[in-house]
Amino acid sequence: MSTIAPTPATPSAAERPARPAYRVTAVRVLRSEWSKAWSLRSTWITLGLGLFFLVAFGLIAAFQFKSRLNSGRPMERDFADANALTLSLFGTNFAQLALGVLGVLIAAGEYSTGMIRSTLAAVPRRLPVLWAKALVYGVVALVPATVGVFVAFLIGSNVLSGTRAALALSDPGVLRGLFGAGLYLALVGVIGVALGMLLRSVAGGISVLVASLMLVPGLVSLLPTSWHSHISPYLPSNAGEAVFALHHDSTTLSPGAGLAVFALWTAAALAGGAVRLVRRDA
Amino acid sequence: MIEAQQLTKRYGEKTAVDGLDFTVRPGSVTGFLGPNGAGKSTTMRMVVGLDAPTSGSVRVNGRRYAEHAAPLQEVGALLEAKSIHPGRSALHHLTALAHTHGIPRSRVEEVIGLTGLESVARKRAGAFSLGMGQRLGIAAALLGDPATVMLDEPVNGLDPEGVLWIRNLLTGLAAEGRTVFVSSHLMSEVALVADHLIVVGRGRLLADTTVQELVRQAGGDRVTVACADPARLRGLLTGPGVEITGRSGAEELEVTGLTARRIGTVAAEHGIALYELATRTVSLEQAFMDLTRDAVEYHGSATAPADPTPATSSTSRSAA
Repeated sequence: MSTIAPTPATPSAAERPARPAYRVTAVRVLRSEWSKAWSLRSTWITLGLGLFFLVAFGLIAAFQFKSRLNSGRPMERDFADANALTLSLFGTNFAQLALGVLGVLIAAGEYSTGMIRSTLAAVPRRLPVLWAKALVYGVVALVPATVGVFVAFLIGSNVLSGTRAALALSDPGVLRGLFGAGLYLALVGVIGVALGMLLRSVAGGISVLVASLMLVPGLVSLLPTSWHSHISPYLPSNAGEAVFALHHDSTTLSPGAGLAVFALWTAAALAGGAVRLVRRDA
Repeated sequence: MIEAQQLTKRYGEKTAVDGLDFTVRPGSVTGFLGPNGAGKSTTMRMVVGLDAPTSGSVRVNGRRYAEHAAPLQEVGALLEAKSIHPGRSALHHLTALAHTHGIPRSRVEEVIGLTGLESVARKRAGAFSLGMGQRLGIAAALLGDPATVMLDEPVNGLDPEGVLWIRNLLTGLAAEGRTVFVSSHLMSEVALVADHLIVVGRGRLLADTTVQELVRQAGGDRVTVACADPARLRGLLTGPGVEITGRSGAEELEVTGLTARRIGTVAAEHGIALYELATRTVSLEQAFMDLTRDAVEYHGSATAPADPTPATSSTSRSAA
């Protein structure tokens, strides 16, 4: 057995040569969280659901656009301005729910089942558990999310080819938008993990996640316009959308700024989760 | 080795653990006894750092639990509440815990074999019976080959075979030189395996003793005597070291400090007719109940065992 950190030859270790030298390391906690994530059926189901939402809703949006265009009926302005990227990313609204909920489940599910007692007994320093969960789940969500948006775009752009919404991968901003959407979805998952750790409740975590991504933008739009235009671009959902939007105007952040703001929201949620994890009894 | 110093835990107004001082030593089984709500589980949670003490400290093998490089190798704990995800198989549960310490797969299989879980290791732990769940908890506790094994109510919900298995396991672990710390609210369970006893009630230490010492302290044996003239017999028996109790008007007396033989002789010498003369050996259970009487959180309304008509017991009691 090899350990990463050298074990000092303490006298007590010399007295008991038969005992193997186990040791908790950050890499091992990561490995533990990785195996935990994949040994639950809910992970496979929810990731599959997220992937399905991305591809299915992207296709539905593309077909819908094409049939309306062919029928010649007038379209709502939002829809009329659509392009292959926005249409094929239509599923992100739904996929973010699936991936965010799975993030909450991965963290808060430990509290609702009692697993957290085993987890923290093995890693009593606690914080490595949160970092490992966030990193593992970020990667676990990033891969299917990125695959999903690419598949949705490739099929969607095929459907839309020849229409005014047509775009190719090589068009400016498309690759950035697709990778950005994958990254956004992965970070939503990480926020889910952080909220789960912060609230220790599956229902509470999901509620706050849905509220902050879907309800808050609506509520902020009720504010006076001058306030609204200052606050709105920095909301998690709007900052996140800026990461994968093709066109940006004065009311939205640039992709880089949007990603930075969204990463800050993620960091804030993680910080909250970390404080609760360390300060409060499990 | 577990050392608690003035260990205290408060939840708002309620003090769950109140200034506990004790040491659990290696090489023997130490029973941790107390009625429900005495603070046993809270104490054990503090040992493994799940709860932080309000004041005081508890150290395992010389350090705070979280300061050890390989905590699972220092203390293996089975906590009262289930600590598993029901959707994960026993094998995956143990493997995930083993990964954190670099514990090899062979050890995971070893503890599965040790706890007799081979046939169900790949099934979802949520479908386990209470007994299987306890075995999985014990497998997790033994995973790191720990120097100290701490089990909270391990026989809860086990069938007789499982209880026997736990007893043998505990004495075996102690014989290997490990520290074994087992909680229970049943004296009869602990008395069979424990050499040393730590008794708590309402979060306070009531006794830090051995099984033999506890019986001796409880006042040894007691004699029940029913006779024709209890008032006169009481006067005849009174002396130093003798304690007599009995209700006025009743013909029964409880005597401690004298043997049944001596009481019978005195009664015969004075021509008092005896109706009953019986030695009641103090059971461990009784000694424990005496010790924790004031510390029991919830008293039953009737003290008589197995009252067939509990609905009327309170009315008959108030009429008495």
